Amino acid sequence: MVATPAPQIAPVAAVAAPDPSKKSESMGLGFYYSSFQALKNINMPIYEKKVTALIGPSGCGKSTYLRCFNRMHDLYPGNRYEGDIMLYPDHTNILNPDVDPIEVRMRISMVFQKPNPFPKSIYENVAYGLRVRGERKRALLDEKVEEALRGAALWEEVKNRLNDLAFNLSGGQQQRLCIARALATDPEMLLFDEPTSALDPIATASIEQLLAELKEKVTILIVTHNMQQAARVSDYTAYMYLGEMIEFDATETIFMKPKHKQTEDYITGRFG
Amino acid sequence: MSEAAKVREVRALIAANKRWDLVFATLGLLALMVGVLTFVALFGQMVIEGAPRLSWDFFTHFPSRKPDQAGILSAWVGSTLVMIVTAATAVPLGVGAGVYLEEYAPRNWMTDLIEINVTNLAGVPSIVYGLLALGLFVYQFGLGQSILTAGLTLGLLILPVVIVATREAIRAIPSAIREAAYALGATKWQTTSDHILPYSMAGIMTGVIIGMARAIGETAPVITIGALTFIAFLPAAPFTGDPPAGLFDWIMSPFTVMPIQMFNWTSRPEAAFHHNAAAAGLVLVVMTLSMNAFAIYIRYRLRKNIKW
Repeated sequence: MVATPAPQIAPVAAVAAPDPSKKSESMGLGFYYSSFQALKNINMPIYEKKVTALIGPSGCGKSTYLRCFNRMHDLYPGNRYEGDIMLYPDHTNILNPDVDPIEVRMRISMVFQKPNPFPKSIYENVAYGLRVRGERKRALLDEKVEEALRGAALWEEVKNRLNDLAFNLSGGQQQRLCIARALATDPEMLLFDEPTSALDPIATASIEQLLAELKEKVTILIVTHNMQQAARVSDYTAYMYLGEMIEFDATETIFMKPKHKQTEDYITGRFG
Repeated sequence: MSEAAKVREVRALIAANKRWDLVFATLGLLALMVGVLTFVALFGQMVIEGAPRLSWDFFTHFPSRKPDQAGILSAWVGSTLVMIVTAATAVPLGVGAGVYLEEYAPRNWMTDLIEINVTNLAGVPSIVYGLLALGLFVYQFGLGQSILTAGLTLGLLILPVVIVATREAIRAIPSAIREAAYALGATKWQTTSDHILPYSMAGIMTGVIIGMARAIGETAPVITIGALTFIAFLPAAPFTGDPPAGLFDWIMSPFTVMPIQMFNWTSRPEAAFHHNAAAAGLVLVVMTLSMNAFAIYIRYRLRKNIKW
């Protein structure tokens, strides 16, 4: 009968924007290189179809943290995880020793710091993830390769020379090829480990633009050395220091009004 | 001191320092020449003595008591067949062991111990391999004084070379490439067969061929296992006998090899036989050098598409 007072609803609706669903959550994550503890008690969510940036000074553990997500550390002896990284919606703890790292890597792809294409053709580079999964049908491979190259904004440049060697591409093209390679298997999450640090500004801009397009489809976690880049591309930012997560929040908050003095000092360039 | 005097002083100093460049360059060139000229002299001597004996007949005749009718037919056929068995032994064993050590073996003291042993094996005198082969292959396994025994022995002899070459070739692959494959969900074997082996093939082949070039000139272990010094028949041609066992008749037959033929001829008193030995030596050196040239070619071809 009585109309709900409008002024009370409006501000509530404005602040309580629907919380994006979590794709992953780290809980009490620690990591050791033999006896050296590189990560300490990290707790943070990764939101679905958002870009989350990890920033912090060299040696703060951001790449180490990123590489936990596809169990890359399992390749080398003496590494040890503690705590959990849950992957949703199926509540798989990807650090569980019973979970095969290969299963994790099939769900979560990675793009490395320096472009690292295989010394094979452009086509074979993109198709490799599918070949690993036993895909033999040429038509399906062709289709997936094209889709991935389009997704990585490389198709127009290479469609007439798919059988050329990947090394003949420029650095920026090689990195987009590596992104296509990671995309071809429809991963749930994409990890980027400083993907533009070996690239020139123009190639960097094209990768950043690509990130904005990719997050429509896939959850992205990116390590970056470049604070402006984090500000430009990410929705959420985590600031790390000496293996600890100092602050995690929406990127705007981290850059405009960080809660911790240390974060502010790093962001404003007073240390780093 | 005036500026001009300073400049003069600096120039004098530079000239004095550069004198040592000259001294070392001279010494280095001398050292190099000792090696090069010795080889040129030996090779030249061999060419002068042996080249006149080289003819079609020399390759198609069996050894003979008459030096001008003697040829190296049984020797080069024997060497070739022994090399086939050597390659068939050393390549799968050596590459397999090398790949296992680099890609699969856990990093612990056992692996370290094995690694040290493999490296040391390369330094074991070849005669020791001959003794081992005599006891193991000839007497224990009853393989006789055959091509098979010789091939297995030389295969073992070059095994460490192949293992070390395989490991070095694998180590030259940047870890970023390996990580790229694993990050796409590849298993160890998929990574090894799709990437590690193809990209290290150039280095592995080079190692194999250089090992073979060493094996083809080996004399001591082949004498130890009892290769004949005089043989006037050929083994059955490979894969021609009654299948299935007959196909491998050649592998059990007695044989001789190039260096033994040479050794035999040098130990004769007649000068004419020495000329035969020189000619056979010439053939052997050309065989070795062409194997090395082939290794360089393979490395060039396979590495053309790989830049890192």
